[in-house]
Amino acid sequence: MMDGSKFDDGSTDALSGEQKIRNFNINFGPQHPAAHGVLRLVLELDGEIVERCDPHIGLLHRGTEKLMESRTYLQNLPYFDRLDYVAPMNQEHAWCLAIEKLCGVEIPRRASLIRVLYSEIGRVLNHLLNVTTQAMDVGALTPPLWGFEEREKLMVFYERACGARLHAAYFRPGGVHQDLPPALLDDIETWAHEFPKVLDDLDGLLTENRIFKQRNVDIGIVTEKDILDWGFSGVMVRGSGLAWDLRRAQPYECYDEFEFQIPVGKNGDCFDRYLCRMEEMRQSTSIILQAIEKLRAPEGQGDVLARGKLTPPKRGEMKQSMEALIHHFKLYTEGFHVPEGEVYAAVEAPKGEFGVYLVADGTNKPYRAKLRAPGYLHLQAMDHIAGGHQLADVAAIIGTMDVVFGEIDR
Amino acid sequence: MTEALKELGAYIELKRPDCVRAWDVTHDELNIDVTPSNIVGFTEFLKLDQTCRFSTLVDMTAVDYPDRPKRFDVVYHFLSMYQNQRIRLRLSIREEDMVPSIVEVHPSANWFEREVFDMFGILFSGHPDLRRILTDYGFRGYPLRKDFPTTGYTEARYDEVEKRVVYEPVSLVQEYRQFDFMSPWEGAEYILPGDEKKEGAQ
Repeated sequence: MMDGSKFDDGSTDALSGEQKIRNFNINFGPQHPAAHGVLRLVLELDGEIVERCDPHIGLLHRGTEKLMESRTYLQNLPYFDRLDYVAPMNQEHAWCLAIEKLCGVEIPRRASLIRVLYSEIGRVLNHLLNVTTQAMDVGALTPPLWGFEEREKLMVFYERACGARLHAAYFRPGGVHQDLPPALLDDIETWAHEFPKVLDDLDGLLTENRIFKQRNVDIGIVTEKDILDWGFSGVMVRGSGLAWDLRRAQPYECYDEFEFQIPVGKNGDCFDRYLCRMEEMRQSTSIILQAIEKLRAPEGQGDVLARGKLTPPKRGEMKQSMEALIHHFKLYTEGFHVPEGEVYAAVEAPKGEFGVYLVADGTNKPYRAKLRAPGYLHLQAMDHIAGGHQLADVAAIIGTMDVVFGEIDR
Repeated sequence: MTEALKELGAYIELKRPDCVRAWDVTHDELNIDVTPSNIVGFTEFLKLDQTCRFSTLVDMTAVDYPDRPKRFDVVYHFLSMYQNQRIRLRLSIREEDMVPSIVEVHPSANWFEREVFDMFGILFSGHPDLRRILTDYGFRGYPLRKDFPTTGYTEARYDEVEKRVVYEPVSLVQEYRQFDFMSPWEGAEYILPGDEKKEGAQ
């Protein structure tokens, strides 16, 4: 019945004598390239117009929150890489901030700068993927090829910092795992000077492109009321003209010492969100350069971990001191204990506000951890935003909502 | 920051004494314990009041405390983009209690309430479409309750003979690896086999 086989069965309305036409239901995904992962949309179509849109999620649900309850705080950290796997370190950041807030730990300045540097690299990673694959959804093939080349370079920077291209586990409660070698800073700087050229190229391909504009301008308009009703954050807010950015509004880490602009859109449509993301990449590149500058300055030198109960002792110390050795062993088996209490820590992840609500009961494992993913709320509004649009626009809207199922399904 | 939050907490208590049970500011965050029956009116007040304007629902979840008579805490996080403040509401309910849905005030609560229902089995009265959201179609049980095992009860595999996915009870090849790393000198509540003291030696 629902497959459309009786779409037009020749029956007529008894009163008016008009032909009866039933709405068409289609299944979009879960194996559709424009669904950006395992999204299943049940769409009700009237001709080509979307009448109703019911997202079915949870196909990638791994029970992260349940698993976290039986693991130590440190063992839980790598789960955060697997949430939004497009920009892994930004998620780890929220977890570290939550723990540090409960324990009252101040991290060293150098660690803070490295965190900012890698958060911004994460932002560029995310926006590159999003902008270029969204362009692919609406018909452009070259941008993803160019964008992924840059992503590749950035992932090499990830690898050189922590040994993994994707699942970094680099930010640790109390700082970052290891210091950066000077040569890596030089290479990131070289990249940051070359990258705007690539952005200009992408800009040239897309911004004034007739087809790209026809597919994006005035599609999926988000108003201020929508933002509040549906709990949007990140680019979904900024695309509609509200200059809301947690890095500026509620500064965490050392974002308050950095110079950057917050790009805002005017119309709140898909095209404005695209423009915002492009400009944010430029701003991030500038933050990256500033962070490198600060890391090289004398104030930026020093340890990268707040040495204490939360972090391991230095290798050299472990060769000399029995206490250090015991500390190391206990830290990596029992783990550290977090004082009782509850906190909510949020970061401005590339997709929006990523938050962690942590309830600790004083043991070495979290009693409850809730991960607040921005994409969850964005996707929820799909019915509201896509309603009344054409079927083809659904792909464009999903693209600019920037959904990744690792974080939505958790 | 803390001062402003204390002021805000006192203001809210003054305005809606019927809703606020207690409030405190810890870790620079404002917590308010509210009564379950008034939650809809209270969130509406927080949304519309000019001093508060908590118009964004950031997060909503529940916490399970199996030992308490009021087993669940339902936790709401709100954000005011205008006042740049955050607030946390907590309400405790019994296992069989229903919580009034706030979908009418915050449409974004829709999926959050579905998730809480899915994970904890808490029912929301007045919710337009209270289906499971994250778990499998036809899933049974409430995974985030503390008495639900991490492994779950069923496992799925593709059956070559039946040509479909079949569900079977979980069979573990080895014991679930749950190590106890707590220090035996600091409050271990068990005695290792062989370590028992003789009668009278205690």
